[in-house]
Amino acid sequence: MELDNEMSKVGQAGARRFSSIVLIVIIVVLALSLTALYQAWEAIQAGDLTGGYYLLIGFVGLALSTYMLLQTRRRIKRFTLETPPITTIIVCPKCEFKNVRNFERGDYILKDLGTCSKCEGTMMITAIYREVPEKRKEEKLYP
Amino acid sequence: MYIMVREIEGSLLRLKFIRDEGRKIAIDTIKEIGAPKTDPSDRVDQFMEYVTIPPESMDPAGVVWKLEHILDIRDDRFKDEIKLMAPAADATNVNNLENTLEAAAALNVIYKVIRHFYILGKKTLSLYIIMQIQMLLPLIMREAEAYASALKAFSHGQPIGDGAGALVAAKLMHGHRKKKIEKDCVVAKVPLDGRTAYVIKAEGPGGNVGKPGEAIKHVIEEYDGKIATVIMIDAALKLEGEKPGAVAEGIGAAIGGPGTEAYKIEESILKYKIPINAVIIKEDIGDAVSPMRKEIFDATEEAVARVNRLIKEKTKEGDAVIIAGIGNTIGVGQ
Ligand SMILES: [Zn+2]
Repeated sequence: MELDNEMSKVGQAGARRFSSIVLIVIIVVLALSLTALYQAWEAIQAGDLTGGYYLLIGFVGLALSTYMLLQTRRRIKRFTLETPPITTIIVCPKCEFKNVRNFERGDYILKDLGTCSKCEGTMMITAIYREVPEKRKEEKLYP
Repeated sequence: MYIMVREIEGSLLRLKFIRDEGRKIAIDTIKEIGAPKTDPSDRVDQFMEYVTIPPESMDPAGVVWKLEHILDIRDDRFKDEIKLMAPAADATNVNNLENTLEAAAALNVIYKVIRHFYILGKKTLSLYIIMQIQMLLPLIMREAEAYASALKAFSHGQPIGDGAGALVAAKLMHGHRKKKIEKDCVVAKVPLDGRTAYVIKAEGPGGNVGKPGEAIKHVIEEYDGKIATVIMIDAALKLEGEKPGAVAEGIGAAIGGPGTEAYKIEESILKYKIPINAVIIKEDIGDAVSPMRKEIFDATEEAVARVNRLIKEKTKEGDAVIIAGIGNTIGVGQ
């Protein structure tokens, strides 16, 4: 466990140092690109053709820094465990009354849930599943 | 090399996060359903460090039984440990907690192995040590994420993709009288198209795979080998590009795990020369251990139809068949 603690210290310090360096770089690039844009504006105002280069540099720098900023945000977002929604479907086999709700602890497939609210039949859990959103189904992308 | 070390470090942090989260979920679940008198944290930490030493296989004769014995002891030990940690848990919850803690222990092992290579790589500055771990990293991370979602499913008692086979058997035996059979399995005598089917699955709804090999052997011996065919239904790993929930048929003992159950089934069908058929439901490693996807749930209907068709085509009226649904039956009753 001692090594474990040491490791976590190294890891956390590393992550913090890493992200602060990245942040400084991003800010510097952002400042530089803004200056470049300003210079471009001044040059174009003065009728100087080199203003075009400044404009290019400015926009590239701007794009780069926003991209990096988004990347670091994604890094932070990765540090969570997602909980997918689980659906439980309850059906009365007699009158076909159907109830769909979120999963609760204690649910299991083929569990009897007592009498139906509409008739004398016995309600039963017929399905418990997780639905994967359409955009994450990748199988269509390949031939 | 610096980039590779950085990449490993990033993954290592994520692994540590996953492991700690898993440990927390395990402890919270024990507190919630087990009503422990003392704080279970220390015991959980000890549990996560348990090692199982496999039997020596230099002289391989009889190693199956040695392995089975070791695994039995391990299972008993785990269950005892959980009963101590969570005295209020019933049999279903003990099984679920056992699965939860096993997933937490697996995450701990993954984290420790990657950490070992990371530190070793930094110490020796050997490109090869760093490279070999960096190359495997994407696969290892996938596995770790899979274990993390398994852990969550187990802690809630939700059915997982691996339970597809058990679900097929549950659908076939529902409404018929069940009998408990060797080591956490149930068997039901179900009339199907004039044939008699002995449907076997692990006893649910607790997290449990049972010993279907033992159960199949028992039924075969009970009827002196007068079984027309054995049909096994199991979830199987798909290749990338295959559709999740695709159903396929084949021949052979469709069962994973350490191999002891497959061995028993193969031995007993060989003794009476019984043909064996397999129906498999395809899914990837992530889907196999996370809460059951709708596609896989829907595929169990098709698997039931395939089993019925197989019986019609491969057997005559009056025959007896064994249908075994393999897999972890967590969240699936019968
Ligand atoms: Zn009703």
